[in-house]
Amino acid sequence: MRHTFTILLAGFACGLLSGTAAASSEMDAIAKYRELLADGNPSELVAAQGEELWKTKRGPQQASLERCDLGLGPGVIKGAYAKMPRYFKDTGRVQDLESRLMTCMENLQGIEPKSIVDGKFLKGEREKVAALVAYVVTESNGARIDVDMRHPEMKKMYEMGKMAFYFRAGPMDFSCATCHGEEGKRIRMQDLPDLRTQKGAAAGWGSWPAYRVSNGEFWTMQHRLNDCFRQQRLPEPIYGSDVTIALSVYLAATAKGGTMLTPGIKR
Amino acid sequence: MKKISLIVGLLVAMPAAWAQGEDTYADFKAMMDRSFKTTGIASKHRIYQLDFQKACSSEKLPSKKEMARIEAEQMKTIRYPADGKYLGDWKEGEKIAVNGRGLTWTDKTPYNNGGGCYNCHQMSHHEISYGTIGPSLLEYGKLRGNGEEVVKYTWGKIYNAKAFNACSHMPRNGDAEILTEKQIKDLMAFLLDPASPVNKK
Ligand code: HEC
Ligand code: HEC
Repeated sequence: MRHTFTILLAGFACGLLSGTAAASSEMDAIAKYRELLADGNPSELVAAQGEELWKTKRGPQQASLERCDLGLGPGVIKGAYAKMPRYFKDTGRVQDLESRLMTCMENLQGIEPKSIVDGKFLKGEREKVAALVAYVVTESNGARIDVDMRHPEMKKMYEMGKMAFYFRAGPMDFSCATCHGEEGKRIRMQDLPDLRTQKGAAAGWGSWPAYRVSNGEFWTMQHRLNDCFRQQRLPEPIYGSDVTIALSVYLAATAKGGTMLTPGIKR
Repeated sequence: MKKISLIVGLLVAMPAAWAQGEDTYADFKAMMDRSFKTTGIASKHRIYQLDFQKACSSEKLPSKKEMARIEAEQMKTIRYPADGKYLGDWKEGEKIAVNGRGLTWTDKTPYNNGGGCYNCHQMSHHEISYGTIGPSLLEYGKLRGNGEEVVKYTWGKIYNAKAFNACSHMPRNGDAEILTEKQIKDLMAFLLDPASPVNKK
């Protein structure tokens, strides 16, 4: 299995590098790649680690996360991610999956969020959060994107997320809309979803978190947004900060009705 | 004492009730302020907007009048080459057009940036990995020639695209000091030199 996988990877990368194909080649390649890996997404390994972490007693309080409430009640994971971000009464905040996991890790296990917020992607406790994310989102694969927009705090985060989406700043005057504000555009050979529309947002939001074939890494949504802000030439968004959650609310609400294909597979 | 704080409380609370929009904007600014940090060369100050950036930050474009005002203001920033020479080396220009690096927090220096032109434009006959956010510039020089007007316009567009379209997606390469005068000359040659692969198969 591992062998075939490496060969597939090499073939896929060459196809991209040779760059002889037409504009839609990347979409085709990804579609084909998805098909090939339909019952063997490399994220499964990460998700398995996450499941183990979920059930392991860890941290100063030596507790598991099995009583973590992701919005559907303590310990309920199935379908929970498709309804996130959401307003949580206990914290009085709108939270995305990653900030919610930090709350659970702090309250149940005594793991300080600071070590995660100040940490680095793919390292230390933040890497553990990513594994937990892989586990949780796998349990929403195929579910309908169904964020609950009734709470006033959700409405406010939506408004602020939309403002953030169109917010132009920095040395290149870019906003999210520069790269994701028109249909059928691309950067070099990379197709860019139009995140203003239901269809585009469903494709973009619904296929993240994802395994990235190009670097063999599993990236959470916080990681995806972090890299887009980097390309936007803005300063670095703080992990789990409100701007990242507001943008997630905007994207998820726009994507409502679409299907979660999580974890996704990306170039 | 109690009365006074009650009145103050009301005064503070009331504007929020009157002006929902303003209130959300204030909250938005506060949110942006607490959500970012300086990393490497990408200082936190970058989230503070220039006036025109703010004017171009909503779903709808500003009014025609406002756009014209911004364009006139941006036009004043354009510096034409002091030595009157507009065309450099197209081979160097091609490298700058391909290079999309620069000004992110993973870049070591704010200098030596690429132009990232291929992120948005088709340019030469042989490079097929190009983006489509901007129009195709294939055969740019061949189609337009290199009369004075074309040369000056092209320089101006690369130097500050906002002078011609207030809310253009294209960066202000000269005005925002992304590229040097020398680099812009090389890009000009890449677009306009008849020997450049933009114009020659
Ligand atoms: C300068 C360009 C640029 C800017 C600005 C930008 N992005 Fe992206 N974005 C990309 C690229 C490139 C990809 C990856 C496409 C790929 O890998 O195929 C991407 C991917 C994404 C995806 C995943 C889409 C998918 O289908 O996989 C989301 C969601 C996203 N961006 C959101 C945002 C948000 C929100 C912002 C603003 C905070 C933003 N982007 C700003 C270039 C940009
Ligand atoms: C993020 C997108 C983007 C980048 C990067 C970019 N451009 Fe553009 N460019 C545009 C768009 C969009 C237009 C269309 C006019 C407008 O809206 O400003 C344009 C227009 C132009 C024009 C005028 C075309 C005409 O028909 O009048 C020239 C010349 C040009 N760009 C050159 C460049 C060069 C050289 C670079 C790199 C240094 C570059 N551009 C980088 C988006 C971009």
